[in-house]
Amino acid sequence: MSAFRPVLTGLCLFAVSLAASAAPPAKPAAVALADRIGWGGGPPVADPAQYLRDQLHPSNNDGLPPEIAARIAAMPISRMTLGEIAEDVGASRLALQQQRQMAAANASSTAQADPQRNPAQMQYRQKLTDYARQAAERSLLRDIYSKNQLREQLVWFWFNHFNVNQRKGVIAAMVGDYEEQAIRPHVLGKFRDLLIATAFHPAMLQYLDNQQNAAGHINENFAREIMELHTMGVGSGYTQKDVQELARILTGVGINFGAQARPRLAALALRAGADGIAFAPGRHDFGDKQFLGQTIKGSGADEAVKALTMLSRQPATARFVSKKLAEFFCCDAPPDRLVAAMAATFLKSDGDITQVLTTLFNAPDFTANLGSKFKDPVHYAVSAVRAAYGETPIQNLTPVMNWLMRMGEPLYGHETPDGYALTADAWSGPGAMETRFEIATVAGAGRPSLLLADSTPQGRGGRGAMPTDAQLARLPQTPPPEMKNSPYVQALTASIAPATRDALAKARNPAEWNMLLLSSPEFMYR
Amino acid sequence: MEITPSGLRIASAATATCPSGVLTHAMGRRAFIGGAIGASSLFTAGKLFALPAQSAPRLLVVFLRGAYDAANIVVPVSSHFYYASRPNLAVPKDKTLALTGEWGLNPALGPSLYPLWQKKQIAFVPFAGTDDTSRSHFETQDTIELGQPVEGSRNYRSGFLSRAAQVISGDTPIAFTTQLPLCFRGGASVPNIALNFVGRPGLASRNADLIAAMYQGQELAPAVAQGFAVQADVYDTLSQEMQAANRDAVSPRGFEQSAQRIGVLMRDKYNLGFVDVGGWDTHVNQGGAEGYLTNRISELGRGLALLASTLGEKWNDTIVIVVSEFGRTFRENGNRGTDHGHGSTYWVLGGGIRGGQIAGRQVPVTQANLFQDRDLPVLNDYRSLIGGIMRKAYGLSQAQVAAVFPSTQPQDLALI
Repeated sequence: MSAFRPVLTGLCLFAVSLAASAAPPAKPAAVALADRIGWGGGPPVADPAQYLRDQLHPSNNDGLPPEIAARIAAMPISRMTLGEIAEDVGASRLALQQQRQMAAANASSTAQADPQRNPAQMQYRQKLTDYARQAAERSLLRDIYSKNQLREQLVWFWFNHFNVNQRKGVIAAMVGDYEEQAIRPHVLGKFRDLLIATAFHPAMLQYLDNQQNAAGHINENFAREIMELHTMGVGSGYTQKDVQELARILTGVGINFGAQARPRLAALALRAGADGIAFAPGRHDFGDKQFLGQTIKGSGADEAVKALTMLSRQPATARFVSKKLAEFFCCDAPPDRLVAAMAATFLKSDGDITQVLTTLFNAPDFTANLGSKFKDPVHYAVSAVRAAYGETPIQNLTPVMNWLMRMGEPLYGHETPDGYALTADAWSGPGAMETRFEIATVAGAGRPSLLLADSTPQGRGGRGAMPTDAQLARLPQTPPPEMKNSPYVQALTASIAPATRDALAKARNPAEWNMLLLSSPEFMYR
Repeated sequence: MEITPSGLRIASAATATCPSGVLTHAMGRRAFIGGAIGASSLFTAGKLFALPAQSAPRLLVVFLRGAYDAANIVVPVSSHFYYASRPNLAVPKDKTLALTGEWGLNPALGPSLYPLWQKKQIAFVPFAGTDDTSRSHFETQDTIELGQPVEGSRNYRSGFLSRAAQVISGDTPIAFTTQLPLCFRGGASVPNIALNFVGRPGLASRNADLIAAMYQGQELAPAVAQGFAVQADVYDTLSQEMQAANRDAVSPRGFEQSAQRIGVLMRDKYNLGFVDVGGWDTHVNQGGAEGYLTNRISELGRGLALLASTLGEKWNDTIVIVVSEFGRTFRENGNRGTDHGHGSTYWVLGGGIRGGQIAGRQVPVTQANLFQDRDLPVLNDYRSLIGGIMRKAYGLSQAQVAAVFPSTQPQDLALI
């Protein structure tokens, strides 16, 4: 762009002259690896090789602080099956419908038109949002406190890859189960299992309209996104005809929470106890299909399992998925040689994610890029909490969810099936940077406090929408977190750039020091 | 009512219209306002964004992400094939507002945009779009935002509005989006701001200066400095408007609120803008003369009308171009919706344009003229179309247009 842009005077002109060569500041090796394999902000790693092995082969014990583990165990979503949640939501919806019918009978009533004044509708919505909020809290608590950081990062990564949005339909009530049952057990397992588990979860089927997909009433939406976003990638050689044939294959796979639907699951050979999935033979297209150059005989629900298995073994899928993993864990533009090596492992191991990641983490390109990946908002927020509070159990996650919302990356909040962007371009624009510094200010000050329970009515009851800003501002305060003395920050600041050191030296109090550290270039990269 | 969620990739105006969720946009902002608020050297530097006296025309690109169903908004009322193809969804001719003998306007746009048609301040360009036939939202949105030939490798760090900002003199670009959109990437740093979070600057000036100092020499330095400047600038420009709005009994919401704010910002500060609006991916139950799609388009129309009135006399040197990645299948699908298609209809609005016409190359809407017996064809390439408008509006040379849209012949639609 021409040099006339007037705002870039003074300090910016200086910056422009150096911009091309300036890389983010190098981090100490002990910090850099944990910042990349984990969410960041955790204690430095003593033995990198051992750390990598532990992360790639995690035990079932996540090492959560007992108070955090107890809090997660006590959540309704941890104790209820999806079927029970569906019953609960269904009851609220029934109440809403009855209320509407009564209101319709009483035609003069205008209260029904305004959801704010309609108690049954508010209750119904609160119920939905409360389930999603529980899921977000559980997920964030694990991100912050789990020893198995790689697993938790992968839960976010794969959720994002197989994205669903809580605002559509009743998905808000299902995201917890989707994450817990369809994603989390498979994050280091076989890609095929992830693909099948997500494809047969009611959250996904509702999100991409497959419950409407029936013989004679084809809806291509899910089929197209499976091929474009979940497996092969756009432009990888499949045709419009393949999309249409996959849509036919998927006809009849839908949602049914009725009790009589459950035995159907066994026929699909899917995970035990899955609720809400039903195959309706009457809606299925039993004709033969020509898919990716092969004939798939019309036989029922197992056609979908066959097709998804085929997709999971395509070289295009191996490349597409490997590239995305490399984008997330290595660099914005992963070199072809790295993607090719990962894809080879993918094909050789039948899509074994642990093996693909082992190839990635042992590649020279991975090591060379440590410390240079710009943190997206979730990495930024989670690493800030980890650096600030360490093992201390925080009581109030509302501010963290608030930060994520402001930065544009709330959990379960991406509207479209492509998921959030994984590269710096999307998150480092001027507006985004300014927002981040505002968050550094309140996070550094611990305002509102994360250490005191959310005592707003919403927080106490865990009900419904988030507290308002005014409510949050009235919450009691605690002193700012003691970031300066955390093991992470001490290791990081040992090799900090002179400009950052100078700025930190000018801090007049702990809150300012925290704000500056959280705003520093060093803290923006992983 | 159901729609697919494929509509909105970059959260912006449209998210404000979402049904209440766990987290709403209303929250959050004030919680971030620090105690100390001041006017720093950086903030006052933002004043430099003010438009020069002899400013370039204003241009706003509105991107309808998710592929709106153009055929049900600008309706081919004389086509029997249209009514045969959409037994459940077609908008009856007698419900539309007459545009020409062949085309009628969806009644949802009657109160907002039909008056602009009558004043010849809006034109529609049917059979518009790209030569990207992937039918992928994300691929084709990228295609449009990059503005590069579909053949060959893509440079993801060179969006067409970024290139336009380099050839147009005296422009002050801005994206009204939470994330910097692809079309504005590359070139110098272009500011972006989420209009639903506009608040007082949350950092004391001293802290902003300390932060900027840490980024000296870093790749992010321009973005950091510009972030502080634009935040202060937008707040200053909008604060009067927001206070006025707070006194209103009913303040606009969703896209209308964004459009009003865009109107103020483009009237006073910025002249090259981008905004995106989502929620158009209507695979299921989209409705016909009434229903989901018409509600959505009605909100868009009200927003654009509000934008025009907010700009006041500046509307006369403003051009708004409404685009979408592709049209939808011409025939309705089995779920009273439409799937991913090809040709769309673009809109061109402005106080000074030669509107009141259906512009560009056209063919009768018949089965024989469909693309792949499925979709409306593309006869008016978006690059030629936008390039042609830019050429006229800014007096660009052929070489300058080619810098924005390489290997494209600008098309003169005689709208400027």
